[in-house]
Amino acid sequence: MSARGISDRVAIVAMGCTRFGEHWSASTDDLVIDAVRECLSAVPGTGLADVEAYWLGTLGSGQSGLTLSRALALDYRPVTRVENYCATGSEAFRNACYAVASGAYDKVMAVGVEKLKDSGFSGLTRADPPGDGTAPENTLTAPAAFSLLDPAYCAKYGVDPADMRAAMTHVAWKNHANGALNPKAQFRSAVSKEKIDAAPLVAGRLGVYDCSGVSDGAACALIVRAEDAHLYTDRPVYVKALALSAAPGRAAMDTGYDYTTFPEVVRSAEDAYRQAGITDPRTQISLAEVHDCFTPTELVLMEDLGFAGRGEAWRDSLDGAFELGGRLPVNPDGGLKSFGHPVGASGLRMLYECWLQFRGEAGERQLAEPRLALTHNLGGRPGACVSFVSVVGSELG
Amino acid sequence: MTGHGIVAYASYLPRHRLRHADLGAALGVKSGSGSRVAASFDEDSTTLGVEAARRALTGPPGAIFFATTSPAYLDKTNAAALHAALGLGRDGLAVDLAGSARSGTGALLAAAAAGGLAVLADVRTGLPGSADERGGADGAAAFLFGGPDEAIAELAARVSVTAEFLDRWRLPGEPASRRWEDRFGLESYLPLVTEAGRRALQEAGVTEPDHVVVTSPNPLVARRASALFPARVPAGRLPGHAGAADAGLALADVLDRAAPGESVLLLAAADGCDALVLRVTGRIAQGRQAHPLAAQLAAGRDVAYATYLTWRGLLDREPPRRPEPDLPAAPPSARSQAWKFAFTGSRCGRCAFAHLPAARVCKGCGAVDAMEPLPLSATRGTVVTFTADRLAYSPSPPLIDVVVDFDGGGRYTMELADASPAEVAIGMRVEPTFRRLYTAGGTHNYFWKVRPVEEER
Repeated sequence: MSARGISDRVAIVAMGCTRFGEHWSASTDDLVIDAVRECLSAVPGTGLADVEAYWLGTLGSGQSGLTLSRALALDYRPVTRVENYCATGSEAFRNACYAVASGAYDKVMAVGVEKLKDSGFSGLTRADPPGDGTAPENTLTAPAAFSLLDPAYCAKYGVDPADMRAAMTHVAWKNHANGALNPKAQFRSAVSKEKIDAAPLVAGRLGVYDCSGVSDGAACALIVRAEDAHLYTDRPVYVKALALSAAPGRAAMDTGYDYTTFPEVVRSAEDAYRQAGITDPRTQISLAEVHDCFTPTELVLMEDLGFAGRGEAWRDSLDGAFELGGRLPVNPDGGLKSFGHPVGASGLRMLYECWLQFRGEAGERQLAEPRLALTHNLGGRPGACVSFVSVVGSELG
Repeated sequence: MTGHGIVAYASYLPRHRLRHADLGAALGVKSGSGSRVAASFDEDSTTLGVEAARRALTGPPGAIFFATTSPAYLDKTNAAALHAALGLGRDGLAVDLAGSARSGTGALLAAAAAGGLAVLADVRTGLPGSADERGGADGAAAFLFGGPDEAIAELAARVSVTAEFLDRWRLPGEPASRRWEDRFGLESYLPLVTEAGRRALQEAGVTEPDHVVVTSPNPLVARRASALFPARVPAGRLPGHAGAADAGLALADVLDRAAPGESVLLLAAADGCDALVLRVTGRIAQGRQAHPLAAQLAAGRDVAYATYLTWRGLLDREPPRRPEPDLPAAPPSARSQAWKFAFTGSRCGRCAFAHLPAARVCKGCGAVDAMEPLPLSATRGTVVTFTADRLAYSPSPPLIDVVVDFDGGGRYTMELADASPAEVAIGMRVEPTFRRLYTAGGTHNYFWKVRPVEEER
């Protein structure tokens, strides 16, 4: 829990984002170059040499700052590579913001990239330190770990498994419908509920459409002091809150943990809301980009982030609360469902949607007068996660 | 004749059964009715041995003699894994008698002479369509030898004879054994069995034994030798030939049924013959295993023939499109021996929060290095939530994982063995079982799973 936070002290003044997808013909370098070029093209007169320091988020497409400095041929600038599971891209952004807020730099860039489709495997692969072979994550895949939420949620709240299935289907249907409106998404077509329900099973009751895709992509943000923001753009995005929570690993061993919540998300959301002065997220937040890695995850997140009451997210979701025209649009850009999850890039891709929405550049997905937006990433698995929450806004104060 | 008698015993039969009819239909041959007992994909002679041994053990045995014809490792002592899984710490001898069916009686005689635990375990495999495949059985039995005042059965006599001839043999690395014409083996064995049996009975002063057990990898021998040594009490129903475990399973079945004062003639014909005469004592009623072999044999769940062949490596199926998991690294595995092999976590001495695996810093109260060991291998638990992972790398997908709350505290997410996805439910009762999770990089990854509880004790 941060004592102060850095609300309104830094701003995003330019962003870039590649299309996400199976970029067989593009390398990690190509993705980075394309995202950074788009970003800098929005701020004429500012070049790579003007950016004082860089943060690179990538899970496995590089291991040091050299991945960025070599690709961009940077002039001996400081580059820090960060990694924090699925919150990696957000972590690059968070640390870059702190560097400006500290006064050390006036102008920095956060870049996230992931090249997943060179591995030869359809899902995410892991590179763990040597171990004794007993950890469940040694064999159990991520969709299986998150599918543990489904029976537990049904049991706790007495939800008919058919209703829960319908709610999970609705999440996939909604996010694909949103992604169909987004030219940068990996999947750009709506998917019928019948097709979602009929998909082959992956783990538990999760079918292929309950899982986010696997793609390549890169995104980046140029971050400056809030007082300098209008030197670059007339519509900057101000950082209101940055919160991160890493689990002690208690829940995985705790007989009191019931697999219907992520304690890390609750904690990071509390921290972020306090920093941003948010008391009623349901009414104060205009849109949220959350970590819909699997459909039951999004349902649980609605409750952990305070967007729905406990045991109510499944019904609220079916009632349309989180659709583009609903009371709180969630994943208006299509989410991980439509974008896939190039780990290092996802957090910045979420911010990119907030950036477009605040500037009125979200096309068919454009929401009316958004003021505050939330982004959220979750890394790990139920029982022990890292959770990131940011709040960004279109105005100071 | 010896200072050590059997003080405890237990048998373990894996749950899967391969229907002969299923096998016959797949191969287009007549295969008769009935079934064979089949170890699951995650079981080997070491894990079978652990399951039998932990049921028989009442305290540190002093020594472990482990017999098998299907050692999981060569050039490494498999009995050491048993020793670790039994949570025996550092003390004592643990040694393999690996090679032929005779290793089984070898282990019994060694434990009888020195005191200690004889563990006989085997996974018997034959080529598709072979008599070994159809008539074999997988299983394990363990016998703890101790002081005569505690014995449920005393060893009254033993006679061993040895002969060198080719009846059954296998080169290291070959998937199945070769056999000479069975009648040659029969003619070679009969004089050996006759001699050893007569001498042993004479030595023990027994004229007509109450129970007779004849075991041999040569299928003709058992039938003929039984006629040479008639028993007063008819033999029980046994699984097929279980290699080095065969004599142990047969003896366990006799002890399940024998009355005080009764005599047992055990004849094991393998590259010679070992004849043992045992006398059952008055303690037998208290010393019988809780779950008799006949009941273990009657239980079971079917496995499809194609699945069985895949488990045995005889059908090379397309692997999951996932990277092979990492092999268990030696130093971390050694550091976590109590956890990985004995399923022992820790409980905070201050706040009692249970940690699986053990931790130094308490996740309940933050106390540092205030932990006490929490052994859970004999503790049952309840399923909190579950999944069937169809994407995971598994030798037999889907991989079922359950979150288990153990009775008295402690939670872990682990694999469910011997079950199919449709059987899993919240609230299901489960118990730990020692298994091989997978083999990667030429290294077995042993750890505990849970399996459905068949009956509450």
